[in-house]
Amino acid sequence: MKTSAFEMRNVRKAFRFFALDDVSLELEPGQIMGFVGPNGAGKSTTLRILMGLVHADGGEVRLLGHPIPRDQRVAKRDIGFVSSDMRLFQQATLSWHMRFVASIYSEWDAAYATLLVRRFNLQPEQTVKNLSTGEHAKAALLLALARRPRLLILDEPTAGLDPVARHEVLAELMEVLRDERRAILFSSHNTVDVERISDRITFIDRGRVVDSSNKEEFLERWRRLQLQLGAGIRLPQSPEIVDLSVDGQFTTLTTDRFTPELATQIQQAGATILEVQRMSLEEIFVANVMRHRKERAQ
Amino acid sequence: MYLQIMEQIRQRIAVGDWAQGQELPSIRTLAVSLRVSVITVKRAYLELESEGVIVTRHGKGSFVAERVALATDLQQQKLDEHLTAAAKLAKLLGLSDEELATRLRRAKRNLGKS
Repeated sequence: MKTSAFEMRNVRKAFRFFALDDVSLELEPGQIMGFVGPNGAGKSTTLRILMGLVHADGGEVRLLGHPIPRDQRVAKRDIGFVSSDMRLFQQATLSWHMRFVASIYSEWDAAYATLLVRRFNLQPEQTVKNLSTGEHAKAALLLALARRPRLLILDEPTAGLDPVARHEVLAELMEVLRDERRAILFSSHNTVDVERISDRITFIDRGRVVDSSNKEEFLERWRRLQLQLGAGIRLPQSPEIVDLSVDGQFTTLTTDRFTPELATQIQQAGATILEVQRMSLEEIFVANVMRHRKERAQ
Repeated sequence: MYLQIMEQIRQRIAVGDWAQGQELPSIRTLAVSLRVSVITVKRAYLELESEGVIVTRHGKGSFVAERVALATDLQQQKLDEHLTAAAKLAKLLGLSDEELATRLRRAKRNLGKS
């Protein structure tokens, strides 16, 4: 059996105004997981628990098979963690940082680091305080990538990057996956980035995992149907129907389990299906979160 | 997104960039070079396999199917798409079938001249 890149089982953590509730997640090697949620959903807290920076109140955490926080020293040799609130030393240069990281991690790949400096358009002799936001983010990512860790945990790696820099970063993340023993977990609220490169997608909202599955499955299941309903026609209640919004004769139906049978059912109820539309990950995300909040309010 | 990947692969095969019987790049390699997730490329390969465009041999990789008709199939499909679009426009313009046929004949004649 393959060891999971990471594993969380029924993880709980309560703060005064926020609680992470029963989070269970797993990622296989060779895959990228996009971790998506609104601000304050619990993305960073989850990543911090994984890294042993925050201790959970309950549940189990494993990184590359090692129990966390107990064996975090061993596990972390093979893990790269980058978050936007991690600051590099302001007075030092990028090349100083590269030498520093190389002195700690024997796995440091100097040739790869040099290549990344070029690909990311960075100046090794520039002091950190003179770097732009984007350059700082790329420098921090470079320091993690060049160690070639088996698991990369990235908190908002593309936040604050311009489109060109974002492209460079995503391309480099894909490059990591050439090696099927490696894995990446990255949080983002940019669903376009997540949709493009992720194999698995996890939605989190208000401290709970709303949905977690294979990306293609996600995109395949969700559909938006434009319907025309004659007077007096009512659609049957069905758990597959996530949302119905009525506008005069026209109704938009959102479903998270689209099948030809559902379409037949709708037609048999007397509705005309005008169009069946695929949904973008962003639309799925919003519909999913709204449904979840409605359910919890009840 | 896998639909786009399928289309790209079909086109590469149709124009002959990828010849019949030729081995396709591995799923992971293609994913990295197209900068899309492995799962998306995997899905595209599976669909193309069920369409008979490619053949996957276990442990050996995926290959372009040995089928001569592929390029013509694609062109036939393209033609149908264009004809459907033309029929829709004709309906909008209120053209009769005969008028549409005349226009098509004229278009073919003009091709011959150039």
